[in-house]
Amino acid sequence: MTSTLVKETRPPGAAGAAPVRRDRRRGRTAALLFVLPALLLLGALVVYPVLFSVGRSFFDASGTRFVGGENYTEMFRDPATIKAIRNTAIWVVVAPALLTGLGLILAVLVEKVRWATAFKLLLFMPMAVSFLAAGIIFRLAYDEDPDKGVLNAAVVSVHDAFQGTSTYPTARARDGQGVTKEADGSYETRTGASPGDAVALGLVGVLPEDLPGGARPAYAAAGRKAAPDELRGVVYLDFTRGGGGEQGKVDRRESGLPEMRVEAVRDGRTVATTTTASDGSFRFEGLADGSYAVRLPASNFAPPYEGISWLGPALVTPAIIGAYLWIWTGFSMVLIGAGLAALPRDALEAARMDGANEWQIFRRITVPLLAPVLTVVFVTLVINVMKVFDLVYIIAPGPVQEDATVLATQMWLVSFGGGNNQGLGSALGVLLLLLVIPAMVFNVRRFRRSQR
Amino acid sequence: MNAVRRGLGNGLVQAFLVVVGLVWMTPLAGLFVSSLRSAEDTAEGGWWTVVTSPGQLSFDNYTALLKNAGITQAFWNTVLISVPTTVLVVVVAALAGYAFAWLDFPGRETVFLVVVALLVVPVQIGLLPVAKLFGQLGLFGTIPGVVLFHVAYGLPFAVFLLRNYFAEMPKEMLEAARMDGGSEWRIFTRLVLPVGRPAIASLAIFQFLWVWNDMLVALLFADSSSQPLTVELQSQIRQFGSNIDVLAPGAFLSLIVPVVVFFAFQRHFVQGVMAGSVK
Repeated sequence: MTSTLVKETRPPGAAGAAPVRRDRRRGRTAALLFVLPALLLLGALVVYPVLFSVGRSFFDASGTRFVGGENYTEMFRDPATIKAIRNTAIWVVVAPALLTGLGLILAVLVEKVRWATAFKLLLFMPMAVSFLAAGIIFRLAYDEDPDKGVLNAAVVSVHDAFQGTSTYPTARARDGQGVTKEADGSYETRTGASPGDAVALGLVGVLPEDLPGGARPAYAAAGRKAAPDELRGVVYLDFTRGGGGEQGKVDRRESGLPEMRVEAVRDGRTVATTTTASDGSFRFEGLADGSYAVRLPASNFAPPYEGISWLGPALVTPAIIGAYLWIWTGFSMVLIGAGLAALPRDALEAARMDGANEWQIFRRITVPLLAPVLTVVFVTLVINVMKVFDLVYIIAPGPVQEDATVLATQMWLVSFGGGNNQGLGSALGVLLLLLVIPAMVFNVRRFRRSQR
Repeated sequence: MNAVRRGLGNGLVQAFLVVVGLVWMTPLAGLFVSSLRSAEDTAEGGWWTVVTSPGQLSFDNYTALLKNAGITQAFWNTVLISVPTTVLVVVVAALAGYAFAWLDFPGRETVFLVVVALLVVPVQIGLLPVAKLFGQLGLFGTIPGVVLFHVAYGLPFAVFLLRNYFAEMPKEMLEAARMDGGSEWRIFTRLVLPVGRPAIASLAIFQFLWVWNDMLVALLFADSSSQPLTVELQSQIRQFGSNIDVLAPGAFLSLIVPVVVFFAFQRHFVQGVMAGSVK
């Protein structure tokens, strides 16, 4: 405080060489006091740990024996870390490119609507949400049970709308009752039938409460005689509730099986198709003379479509990348949008005057002019994607964790999560650092250029 | 003709963007609706069944959550970690940023380049060594330990951002203040901080969200009494199916604070995240 006083009493313009030096020294002390807290923290908790980890990575699991580069060669031998490296590579190749592309498309399109701000806000909002919350959100969305996970609910309803559902996934034929199961899951009559015949195909394994609504007893239909030019029959449930009834015979109270697809097959070729009525009856008309097999195709008995196993070993990484897209698309869109707003309007207008269409303008003018922004977005995303941890850790269910593992999760597992190999863990940490060094160089260079 | 085509094209664009918007909202809506349903209803069918039977909705999960000591403790821990971290990062970085921008000391340029280089250092590399260090200092498993780690790893970006912002200040302004005989501390508090308010606000919001949302650092450095909400919820994820009546409202609780901050400070938030993304 004294030095301040001295300065105040000095008349202006009388600043000689000595006070300047003293001034500078005063500045120096102040400067050191100003930067000291930051430098202490950075030195103790960032710089020293980096050096420590580099050193530690040359020692064995317990840290007592120097092993040279062994941890680094181990990294490429151990199947788990190889898997992690491969998955990180997939992430780096797929996610930044998708995000940049998606962000570019949305940024260009959103310019054309009046509610652009609202849309940008909506898409940017997931950036505020923690990876943990996003992970829980997507664990829910990806749930395999179509009655719980919204994605599979959508997939199953779309599938069923196009493919239809099978009505009798559990039905089967009794042995030795004239109906046999074929290799493809269909059922066929053993003996041939010709126009003028009536056949009865009995099945079991359908719970009475699983019968389609409106199913009626098959007895009356089974008793009807076939006209000379028709082949007819019933498909019925060969089971009488409460016991009684005779196997292989349509008893009085036994139900028909409606909505069953029935085919008439001759020499291995399907020549006619029909569907059973509510009492299980069916008929083929206008068949040429000869012997036919009556077949109930496998589609009647297909197990219900269960949707996609999003979090199974095969799809877990793409599924987690999907969640990542949900979080980061807004970022990419807003950053590219800012670049878009800074584009020279003249160039775009001139191109429009020359009669270029929107696609040509996009390809030939917008994208090339945006290249620097796109690069920044892409590089930023690559750095972030390399370090992805929480999302993988949360979304991948326990047993699938090792299929989804990336460098950051593997580093965690090896060092703290039971692996307890801090030598290998440190080496993985150093690998992560090495991977971001190009970005480090890029940052330093860009900064130095901006200072000139 | 052209106008018609353009109108049609615009209609398609609008329709497409509406679909994208809906897709983006669905996961969050699913979480929110799930958080209002009982465990039994969740086991029975998807959250979208509320459209036909809205009677499933109730705040019971939230009242149960507020009585859940583990969760409320974790919520306060989250506050106790993120608020001090934010304040410390801003103060320490503002001091250093001012020094790097306007004060003269040996090695200033070199040291600042090191800070720029530290921008992208992954947190992972610090976990093990700092855990050992904190173990010796008795900081392992405590809130101050978690805070210190966050502060250190938040600093490179914070110093970088504020130094660049302060460096833009007009030189005359500072020199005039020095001529008036203000001490550096006085100049810092009376001039630099007020002028730097926009950058400080963006930094504070970014830093707050970063720490609020962190799981990795706390997973290692916090013990069961100091763990934040993210770690508490993470520990229940193994029984995902049976815990959904805790996980869904818990996740919603943990995300509502950042989302409110987001809507309240949109511009600062977007700027902070944009600037912070270089990390």
